[in-house]
Amino acid sequence: MEQLVVQTLNGIVAGMILALVASGLTLIFGIMDVVNFAHGELFMLGAYVGTTTMVVTHNFWVALVVAAVTIALLGAVIQITTLRPLLGRDPLTTILATFGVSLVLQNYALWQYGPVPRKLSEPITGHFKLFDLEYPYYRIAIAVLSAAIIGGLYLFLKYGTYGIWIRATTQDRVMASAMGIPVPLVHVAVFAIGAGMAAASGVLFGPLIGVNHAMGTDWTLKAFIVVVVGGMGNLGGSILASIFISLLEAYAALWVSPSQAVIVSFVALILTLLIRPTGLFVPTPK
Amino acid sequence: MTRRPDVAYWTGFVVVLALLFAAPLVLPEFWRRFVTEILIWGLLAMSSDILIGYTGMISFGHSAFFGLGMYGAAAALLAVAPPNLALALVSGLVGAAIVAAFVAYFATRLRDIYFSITTLVFSQIFYVIIFTWTDVTGGENGLTFSRPNFGLPGWFSIPFTSDSLHWFVLAVVTGSYLVLRRITQSPFGMVLQAIRENEPRTRAIGYPVERYKIVAVMLSGLFAGLAGVLYALQNKFAAPDFVFLVISAETVIYNVMGGVGTLVGPIAGAAFFLLLREGLSRFLTEYYLIPVGLIFTAMVIFVPQGLLGFLKRRLNQ
Amino acid sequence: MSPPDTTPLVRVDGIHTYYGKSHILHGVSLDVQAGEVVGLLGRNGVGKSTTLKTIMGLVHPTEGTVALEGRPITRLPAHRLARLGIGYVPEDRRIFRLLTVMENLRTGLDRHDVPEDRKRGLLDKAYEYFPVLAERRAQAGGTLSGGEQQMLAIARAMMLEPKIILLDEPTEGLMPRMVAQISAIIDALHRDGVAILLVEQNVPLTLETSQRVYIMEKGVVRHHARASELRHDDTVIHQYLGV
Repeated sequence: MEQLVVQTLNGIVAGMILALVASGLTLIFGIMDVVNFAHGELFMLGAYVGTTTMVVTHNFWVALVVAAVTIALLGAVIQITTLRPLLGRDPLTTILATFGVSLVLQNYALWQYGPVPRKLSEPITGHFKLFDLEYPYYRIAIAVLSAAIIGGLYLFLKYGTYGIWIRATTQDRVMASAMGIPVPLVHVAVFAIGAGMAAASGVLFGPLIGVNHAMGTDWTLKAFIVVVVGGMGNLGGSILASIFISLLEAYAALWVSPSQAVIVSFVALILTLLIRPTGLFVPTPK
Repeated sequence: MTRRPDVAYWTGFVVVLALLFAAPLVLPEFWRRFVTEILIWGLLAMSSDILIGYTGMISFGHSAFFGLGMYGAAAALLAVAPPNLALALVSGLVGAAIVAAFVAYFATRLRDIYFSITTLVFSQIFYVIIFTWTDVTGGENGLTFSRPNFGLPGWFSIPFTSDSLHWFVLAVVTGSYLVLRRITQSPFGMVLQAIRENEPRTRAIGYPVERYKIVAVMLSGLFAGLAGVLYALQNKFAAPDFVFLVISAETVIYNVMGGVGTLVGPIAGAAFFLLLREGLSRFLTEYYLIPVGLIFTAMVIFVPQGLLGFLKRRLNQ
Repeated sequence: MSPPDTTPLVRVDGIHTYYGKSHILHGVSLDVQAGEVVGLLGRNGVGKSTTLKTIMGLVHPTEGTVALEGRPITRLPAHRLARLGIGYVPEDRRIFRLLTVMENLRTGLDRHDVPEDRKRGLLDKAYEYFPVLAERRAQAGGTLSGGEQQMLAIARAMMLEPKIILLDEPTEGLMPRMVAQISAIIDALHRDGVAILLVEQNVPLTLETSQRVYIMEKGVVRHHARASELRHDDTVIHQYLGV
């Protein structure tokens, strides 16, 4: 029984991180029809920038902000140099281009930081008693923070001029342009925001595992699965899907090894594509 | 439209073939092996071109076909003594075919990006299975086995030398190329290209697009599996690394760099990439992927037709 | 016909526009003076919408120029042109279905150099012209009826405080009562000093509201006359439109 509760908590925590990563991805896809293969690498680089900043400032929260901003800028640069020229071409070329970017970023990290994983210390140490176990406060903090960031994103999109610009561009890029909305700028901004969110997830998740150059690959794959299961471009759906899949995986880990537990997400994807390809958590279109 | 025999094309073909044939005779062992590997990866890339270049479906899952071909062959070579070439071939192809059927089923229900992501997921599923099912697949360590002799049981049996193995690979790859070329230029191939150009219209005209896609995936998977078998024969081991998505990724790179829709383009792309890797790794050790990644991305943006793309029309006559 | 030496608000000169391989416009020239209502008539497929899209910067011509108040704008992107004073009301309305009426209006209203009270004034004017929009201001655009969506599309363009509005078939699919409303709105905009380039299939409406009319055929302008002349003598109309 206790195992179940612990795993539920773990599942929710992992789900929130995944949600943070996936919402950036889904936002980017919704606006620009770009499948960002490099998203996991942005997550990874965020974690690295976090570690190096920590070394200098010894403050986790500063590191979090610095990482998010730095990687957001990197995201803007990537959008302008590699994705803007591809606007109007077959959307599959964006997969290839972002894939190329992911290669460069991953190996750049390997080159710069070396193969040995780095440690990122958690800002909140201490545990609380959960049944017989000690459950770290930090994990709860991650879930809360991720929820806060996602909540912030939601509010930003719902209210405020820029939120309207982003939503209008998502629905009808051409008409948004005809209304004076600077669409190229919106694209850059959205990509940067997505990148920043991925970076923040990387920093938040960093203390849980070692920071190394390959940590992004798994997340890219999982995030894609979540985005498809949740409904491409559907923010709420991808959040629900993230938690759903992470919970399933956490429960599965009770029976099989963690490396096998990932099959759960794969199966979820396949089932979704078979039964309800528009997304499990998408309301049936009227 | 009558097809004019393209003298330039066939001359080029013969020249290249002759060079490849002569390779083991003139090159030191390391480079000879290098050329053999180019041929094998080239075959894998070529198989992927059927989907990417001709049907317009980008697969990130070719490592699954390749890997299953490899493990299928391995299984046959380990299970039956003395190791039997024909059995290995058949076993590998069957393994690849099973995966291909699986993927083909989904191919027909998914379009574009969803298909690509699903193929990626599939290759990962197989990777995890192979990696963790240690009893059967040897897990992380893979399987080692001995190379069978060339021949038919009961008739003749000649051990392979490294030279003759090269020629065997060359023969298989050349044969595959000719078969695929025939297929892509047949009415069937034309329909595939029509699907790539404009799927809704092709469907509207009355073609059973789903069936064509299934056949395309099966074809692609089989030849990819064949490449896997050849690799197993060449190296005498099978490892999960070859089912990992890096292989799928490299396959896509070969296609894009070489030129999709040309069949030979991907082989050239494989050669280009492997030579780049060999060259750059002397200076940059493991970080050769950084400039390669940059070149790749630049090519996607500025040279999307790939190295041989300008020959696309010529090669498809 | 137009007074000489006055720089027109919008001048289109010899534009050729393609959609992929199709050569749609074969050298279209026309102009619109400030505050004028100009009609653009022609059968389906002659390139009227394409002309508007070219002016709006949604497609770029391969040859020819478009000028706004004498300044060339041919290669500028649509969002710049909207800021420079060109409003666009497309043929299928294209309101943002998932945004509320208010948010739709805000896409044109939210410009950083506009003080709050002027924004308030613009909104009030929109609600005055289209009271139904005031009622439905919190509703999603997609829930409005066809006629209401047309009104929203026009109001939205008005929020840009444009010097000219490009109106593409505003009365298409509307009931006669709404057609009369559109006519009244065009007149009101004209009185406000907003120029209008009106593409329409409804000939009587066009002749009623416009000062001058161009008639297009197969990608070029074939005829150009004062609306008053065409009202009296409709042989030309019959010739080009078979109406």
